[in-house]
Amino acid sequence: MKKLSVVFLIVLMATSVVFAQGAAETKVQASGPMKIGVIYVSPPGDMGYSYMHDQGTKAAEAYFGDKIEVIRMEGVPEDDRAAVAMEQLVDAGCKMVFANSYNYQEYMLQVAKENPDVYFEHCSGYLKNDNMSNYFGRMYQMRYLSGIIAGKMTANGKIGYVGAYNTPEVVRGINAFALGVRSVNPTAEVRVVWTNTWFDPSLERQGAVALLDSGCDIIAQHQDTTQPALAAIERGKYAVGYNADFRAIIGDDKVLVSPMWNWHNYMIPTIQSALDGTWKSQEYWGGLEDDMIKLSEISPLVPADVKQLVSKKLDEMAKGTFDVFWGELKDNTGAVKQKAGEKMADGDMLTMDWFVEGVVGKVK
Amino acid sequence: MMRFIIEKRTTKSKYSVFIVPLVSFAISLLLGAIVLAASKANPFAAYKAMFEGSFGNIRRIQYTLREAMPLLMCGLAVGIAFKLKFWNIGAEGQYVSGAIGFTWVVQFWTFLPPVLLLPVGLLMGIIAGGLWAGVPGTLKAQWGVDETLTTLMLNYVAIGYAEYLYIDHWKAPFGNMGTPKFPDAAILPSVWGRVHAGVFFALALVVILWFILYKTRWGFELNMIGKNPKAARYQGVSIKKNIIMAMLFSGAIAGLAGAIHTSAVAQKLTTGVNGNYGFTGIIIAWMGGLNPFGSIIVAIVMAALSTGAGQLQIALKLPEAMGAVLQGLVLLPLLAGSLFNEYHLRVIKKGAE
Repeated sequence: MKKLSVVFLIVLMATSVVFAQGAAETKVQASGPMKIGVIYVSPPGDMGYSYMHDQGTKAAEAYFGDKIEVIRMEGVPEDDRAAVAMEQLVDAGCKMVFANSYNYQEYMLQVAKENPDVYFEHCSGYLKNDNMSNYFGRMYQMRYLSGIIAGKMTANGKIGYVGAYNTPEVVRGINAFALGVRSVNPTAEVRVVWTNTWFDPSLERQGAVALLDSGCDIIAQHQDTTQPALAAIERGKYAVGYNADFRAIIGDDKVLVSPMWNWHNYMIPTIQSALDGTWKSQEYWGGLEDDMIKLSEISPLVPADVKQLVSKKLDEMAKGTFDVFWGELKDNTGAVKQKAGEKMADGDMLTMDWFVEGVVGKVK
Repeated sequence: MMRFIIEKRTTKSKYSVFIVPLVSFAISLLLGAIVLAASKANPFAAYKAMFEGSFGNIRRIQYTLREAMPLLMCGLAVGIAFKLKFWNIGAEGQYVSGAIGFTWVVQFWTFLPPVLLLPVGLLMGIIAGGLWAGVPGTLKAQWGVDETLTTLMLNYVAIGYAEYLYIDHWKAPFGNMGTPKFPDAAILPSVWGRVHAGVFFALALVVILWFILYKTRWGFELNMIGKNPKAARYQGVSIKKNIIMAMLFSGAIAGLAGAIHTSAVAQKLTTGVNGNYGFTGIIIAWMGGLNPFGSIIVAIVMAALSTGAGQLQIALKLPEAMGAVLQGLVLLPLLAGSLFNEYHLRVIKKGAE
């Protein structure tokens, strides 16, 4: 009886191998749609960072129809396995590969050098090659505006910020937020905790809970999921979202506002240039002018005069009469980092490793 | 009416060692097929894609072998502790501390001539891994502290410390997360495409361990302690000494695995240093029947499952989680099946007793 079942299973396994051979699909497609590989650091179900990237990808799919075919790889770790994933996409015939997280950049550069015929697009880094661009948006502008709202809405002047890694991008966002807060509430402080992960729902929540326990009455975040915001709302506190419109996703007006991405405004023109054969390697850092970033609709709990202030500042930034890192800046030890009347260069913003006055925490 | 009894085998079947894993593997393929079919994916196409993803071309074979090396070494590492029924589930932490030790030498021992970086670094990996395992070994031997808890908890200490180092203390000012890239002299060379020279260490360890376990007095003592500690004690075998020795040895191998993989593949201390090789090593040791040669095959199968999983997303556009589900499904029957190496199922028809 036992032997019989053993034999049965072995036969079954053997037949499955044979069937697997028979089921081989025809793969050769010389002039089909252009295959595009997209690598996400988290599953698009995070409702945050990768979700918004996937909205961009979906918009591109809808726009180009059968001219492109997208292959997604999600939850790819930011280590040597990223290089393996990129090679697999190239093997699968992708002519263009997008990757959406900072620590992919070195692996992408390595794969890009080995595959000169493929276009590589890296989001949020600074490395570049003849066939590899990097792109990002000036999210700090929206962080500043959300900071104005937080600064006006805090009751006790303590605002928590759950940060992922101490990379320049995150530090810049925290600084911009804090500058926004202090522009309307000069004694308020922004307290930072690091989770050391982009995507880990439970660690993200723990970070927010620690900040709430320390007395913060608003939680802002640079994380991939809605967990920090949810933790705040469950305690009846306010939250500032990120990536997607958390107020719509969570369905609670205590989410005051969310700085958001419009990735399709980069992806569609870039894919178009690849289809046209006019693709060129570039370092792209788009802002309001390209509609790369935006602010979600502001919660009805925010008073009208605050909304007006926000739209006034937005207007000034769009016109170029004001920007976040203009004027005198002090770090949180009191040392002057930039003199009055100066405007910070992009290079300094992209390597920022210090906190402005009003931020409680350490970059390192 | 029938009744089933599980009873211990009086004689160990020669074939069960091979048949049990094969049957278990077949069952897991069936279970996986059900899950795949439920997700409206063709199971045959999925398995084919996974197979192609891990063995479909030369480079993929190389990646699979590269992935198998740390798995194999961690399997060997825990296997030696398991021989004397010491439940070292801390190979992950020992692996990580080996990686830390290696990084410390190659990044900061600048007084060394470059040719010495690699050998001294690997040696430091061995020492660091050994020490990390020696602590729970000594605690157990001297005071009987439960090793499952200490080895498990020390994993998280090592992982947390590594994170502190590569995110903060040793962080490179620019570039990816992690320390600066190692100097070229500290990187194990490639021997066949993506397969690096660590393969020699791994294979040598298989032979050495097989020899120690089956051909030396020490191996005999370890076996005896595992099978019957009382008898061993009557024979004058020191259990304390052997526990500490076995743990030092076990941790040293895991530490070497961490040092080698960090040197050749990551080439810096960074995220992914806790790549679960140590935890998967436990499974490899068990499924390999604690036999070093058996572990080779199991390590390659486990590596193939992980390198092949990416193809589920590429070829079938399944979500990433499906790969993890299939990997988990493979383990369950294999681990359950290992019961039948030691026991067998007897069917008793009613009244026939």
